[in-house]
Amino acid sequence: MIKFESQMVAKPYFIFALTLFAGQILFGLIMGLQYIIGDFLFPYIPFNVARMIHTNLLLVWIIFGFMGSAYYLVPEEANVELHSPLLAKIMFWVFAAAGVLTILGYLFVPYSELAELTRNELFPTMGREFLEQPTLTKIGIVVVCVAFCYNIGMTILKGRKTVINMVLLTGLVGLAVFFLFAFYNPENLVLDKYFWWWVVHLWVEGVWELILGAILAFTLIKVTGVDREVIEKWLYVIIGLALISGLVGMGHHYFWIGPGEYWLWMGSIFSALEPLPFFMMVVFAFKVVRERKFEHANKIAVTWALGTAVMGFLGAGVWGFLHTLAPVNYFTHGTQITAAHGHLSFFGAYAMIVMTITSYAMPIMRGRPLGNPMSAQKVERFSFWAMCIGMLGITIMLTIAGAWQIALQRMPDDANALSFMVTQEKLIPIYWARLAFGVLFSVGLIAYLVSFFVGSKEAIIAQNNGVTQKAPQEIAGVCCGACDESKAS
Amino acid sequence: MSDTFTKEMARNIYYGGGFAAFLLLLGLTFDTMRVLPERDHRENITPSVAHGKGLWEKNNCVGCHTIMGEGAYFAPELANVYDRYGNGSEEAFKSYLQGWMAAQPLQIQGRRKMPQFNLTSEEVDNLADFLIWTSRINDNDWPPNKQG
Ligand code: HEC
Ligand code: HEM
Ligand code: HEM
Repeated sequence: MIKFESQMVAKPYFIFALTLFAGQILFGLIMGLQYIIGDFLFPYIPFNVARMIHTNLLLVWIIFGFMGSAYYLVPEEANVELHSPLLAKIMFWVFAAAGVLTILGYLFVPYSELAELTRNELFPTMGREFLEQPTLTKIGIVVVCVAFCYNIGMTILKGRKTVINMVLLTGLVGLAVFFLFAFYNPENLVLDKYFWWWVVHLWVEGVWELILGAILAFTLIKVTGVDREVIEKWLYVIIGLALISGLVGMGHHYFWIGPGEYWLWMGSIFSALEPLPFFMMVVFAFKVVRERKFEHANKIAVTWALGTAVMGFLGAGVWGFLHTLAPVNYFTHGTQITAAHGHLSFFGAYAMIVMTITSYAMPIMRGRPLGNPMSAQKVERFSFWAMCIGMLGITIMLTIAGAWQIALQRMPDDANALSFMVTQEKLIPIYWARLAFGVLFSVGLIAYLVSFFVGSKEAIIAQNNGVTQKAPQEIAGVCCGACDESKAS
Repeated sequence: MSDTFTKEMARNIYYGGGFAAFLLLLGLTFDTMRVLPERDHRENITPSVAHGKGLWEKNNCVGCHTIMGEGAYFAPELANVYDRYGNGSEEAFKSYLQGWMAAQPLQIQGRRKMPQFNLTSEEVDNLADFLIWTSRINDNDWPPNKQG
């Protein structure tokens, strides 16, 4: 069963994350249709409103997922109760309320009025991609992050300082620290953009990779029983390479927004190395699963862990490399190619790691130490494939759209290039195909949510009874942590 | 990974490598801040340009458009819209933008829509000044052609 009562605070975080995920996809579908039928829902939901809801919900649900993961795994790793479950519960409601209010604001108040209502002119931070939140909401996010890091930090301080816990904490503190650049919004657009990337890039290609690595390592230890020493070594190398390539790799965003020419070289070379840690994650995950010490009965959690490594590598590694060299990026910059990469990388790395740990931890928190009954796992397996194939389909369609857009609009000279709007009209058949894959993705998500409710009482009991039928050392999920105690540093 | 490669070595790669990379990033940033004034011609940021940037943000233009290739991919690139329609004349561009902003949303069924923002003509001039200033940033000759 669950090792510490306080781990249970993670549950509402996971549930709320999945709820927001569903909202994100609804607005994705709306935009997918607006790409084809330009006046769909206009003027009630203009495209920019749908977009900020789609992307803000994404960021917020991923962060909810990270927080849930931390509340679940940090006490278990540290081998102590969470410092303050009450603080975790309060911050859940503060964050949820701030998030919901902000989204409702986007939806029901014209953006410029929202800016006035929240006194943006006193401290302007709104109106930039991904950072559309009113300044007040941003302050709220900082408060929540500080309280969260304090709670997690105190817990680790009291208990075992495992490598996984230390790496996770570094990632979470980094997330909070780099978010502070969201408050820097100078009059000079070039400076604004330069440091905007210190939030966005240093998150997804920096500190978030530490969080990703730590959660993946934790789940793999739990579902395979492989020696901690081995896993920690891999974790260090992966995140080490991520920082070495990714920090200066930020240069791939500095090609065409004002900074000097040497960024063309620095950005290309360093970011070309960024796929390496993602590739190592694939090798690592498959190696660990191959060398597993037992068959965990929560098989689908293992599938998610492997899937995260593979899809993260495809999205970030392969689709990132595709457009990261300056001579290529000169043509692909800001086209549908960027959207293709943004989707597969965010889904493959961050959405999937949250579903990985959800899939592992939720059953345990619901009193199912050996995972959900097989009938539920079957539905979840279908959802895994529907979402992965749906997202690969979306990505491939956007890549075709992007390549065609470049051929019509970017490559020809001034006299022969088609305008943006004419080009977009030619791409409509591909946008239909993208939307179809979006529907497949949505079916997968619905199946995922449904899988939580599948399985009779008897099936659940039968699954749980697997516990008594196996020799103790072969039992996963009920692990009290004592067996790996001696090896932890 | 082989046994001769120990966890301590791996940890050193992480701490040493991460720290070195961060220092390199700080150094490059410091250098960039030094040379940037020549490239971003910040001396030309008039109050009108600054106000234009504020309006750009307040109305979330970046939620549909890209500017210097960043933003949304639903509507045309605007960092070079001055080059596209201005014919080298700031006056001509301003009157074009006045007309364009006033005409929104265009009544063409099924076409992608740009909302009516109800801006004053002074505010539209601010936006125009901001877009003109942006078009003159040294951005290594991006985009490849004037369609953006
Ligand atoms: C809801 C989405 C949306 C928002 C928000 C938006 N636009 Fe647009 N904009 C469009 C679309 C779509 C077009 C193309 C319209 C057409 O060609 O019929 C366009 C076209 C333009 C053009 C003409 C570009 C060209 O190359 O033809 C300019 C200039 C422009 N917008 C400026 C702005 C400014 C300034 C703002 C912010 C105050 C803004 N837009 C906000 C959707 C939007
Ligand atoms: C999981 C990790 C990653 C995520 C979540 C991610 C996400 C994104 C997103 C959302 C954008 C669009 C930003 C915008 O709106 O302007 C973007 C842009 C970009 N990414 Fe990534 N990315 C990841 C990793 C990588 C890697 C490893 C590389 C390189 C190998 C890479 C290369 C690029 C490039 C070159 C752009 C700029 C595209 C353009 O010029 O328009 N990314 N990324
Ligand atoms: C039904 C499925 C989905 C559809 C139809 C869809 C559609 C869209 C559209 C139309 C945009 C705006 C592109 C533009 O600016 O023009 C967008 C942006 C974005 N979406 Fe989705 N989306 C879907 C699912 C997802 C999922 C599952 C994720 C990640 C987990 C995601 C992450 C993003 C990101 C990161 C952006 C910003 C991209 C960038 O700036 O380059 N979307 N989406």
